[in-house]
Amino acid sequence: MEKIPILRMGKFLLVTIQVDMHDRLALQLQEDLTERIVAVRARGVLMDISSLEVVDSFIGRMISNIAAMASVLDAQTVVVGMQPAVAITLVELGLSLEGVRTALNVERGMALLNELVAAELR
Amino acid sequence: MPSAAGQTVRTVLVKYEKEVLAEWIRLQLAATTLRGDLMKENELREQSRDLLSLLRPALESGRFESLESSDWTQVKEFLAGVSRTRGQQGFAPTETATFVLSLKQPIFDRLRNEIKDAQALADELWVATVVLDRLALFTTEQFLKTRETVIQSQQRELLELSTPVVELWESILALPLIGTLDSERTQVVMESLLQKIVETGAAIAIIDITGVPTVDTLVAQHLLKTVAAARLMGADCIISGIRPQIAQTIVHLGVDLSEVTTKASLADAFMIAMRRVQAKLPTGT
Repeated sequence: MEKIPILRMGKFLLVTIQVDMHDRLALQLQEDLTERIVAVRARGVLMDISSLEVVDSFIGRMISNIAAMASVLDAQTVVVGMQPAVAITLVELGLSLEGVRTALNVERGMALLNELVAAELR
Repeated sequence: MPSAAGQTVRTVLVKYEKEVLAEWIRLQLAATTLRGDLMKENELREQSRDLLSLLRPALESGRFESLESSDWTQVKEFLAGVSRTRGQQGFAPTETATFVLSLKQPIFDRLRNEIKDAQALADELWVATVVLDRLALFTTEQFLKTRETVIQSQQRELLELSTPVVELWESILALPLIGTLDSERTQVVMESLLQKIVETGAAIAIIDITGVPTVDTLVAQHLLKTVAAARLMGADCIISGIRPQIAQTIVHLGVDLSEVTTKASLADAFMIAMRRVQAKLPTGT
């Protein structure tokens, strides 16, 4: 069964979605990710969705759910690289992912995560 | 199959083509609807001659009931061409229709000379009137179609012209909106803004609504949608250029803009954007 890889980068977890998300895959990701956050005591999650070209309301909600779960487990989530078409679709669906932090690309996302974690430690 | 009605109209056109044409042109030149400023006399003569010569074979077919039959195709094509050029030259619809309608007088004159019987004359006049009226209506229709295509292409151009996204500074985009925001325009605005964000890697977009005449709930909703979409891409939005009246309407309508940074002028918005970008960007980029 295909799986979305979760990479560890120091205190952060890196999730790159490079296949078409279907519902089962999203649920699997949600499970794997929460377990990994607890296992490695991650402080932040960077979700790169730049290859994601199609979203529906379910996937949209999964993204915000994952962010909410991560924040319950005390990890900040930053979603990066959203395609314009995906952004427009989500807004039209009424899902503006409030509470999810976003950045344009992985570099900016990492900078933002570092900033957030540093602010927490302060 | 040629019917009895319209027989004389045909004969008149065959027999007196030169006279009818001369008379027709004389009348057109004398008429008040003549637009010597838009069209040369030669062109008018040429058009009149061409129409008459096309009209003759079409009349010989004897089908006056409708212009749908293939006998009229050439006449229609010619008239469509005439009204298209006239539409572009700036003629009024009346002036264009008069081109065809003015043919009535010379033909009627000839018919009156040809036919002595009142009953037969009335029948022939009726046929001639029906045909010429249909042709005139067709011309007007074509004229309007030409105008409509012009309007449509202008609308398209306006849509593209009025949604420029400009880069003010590294990582700062400005989107000066001019004109009313409807759903279609919002879509275009949103798409071009998001595209530009991807291209330039901008972190802040300033949406300037100085040129938006009124803001109602729908426009506000469109604005908020654009802001939300930009945020999803990782760019912050600042709305600037809010005039006092618009601020009043927004509050009266109960639109919640508290999530969005708003500034009264573009200059203020630019200042705050500069500050934020410098704070955010790592040095060296």
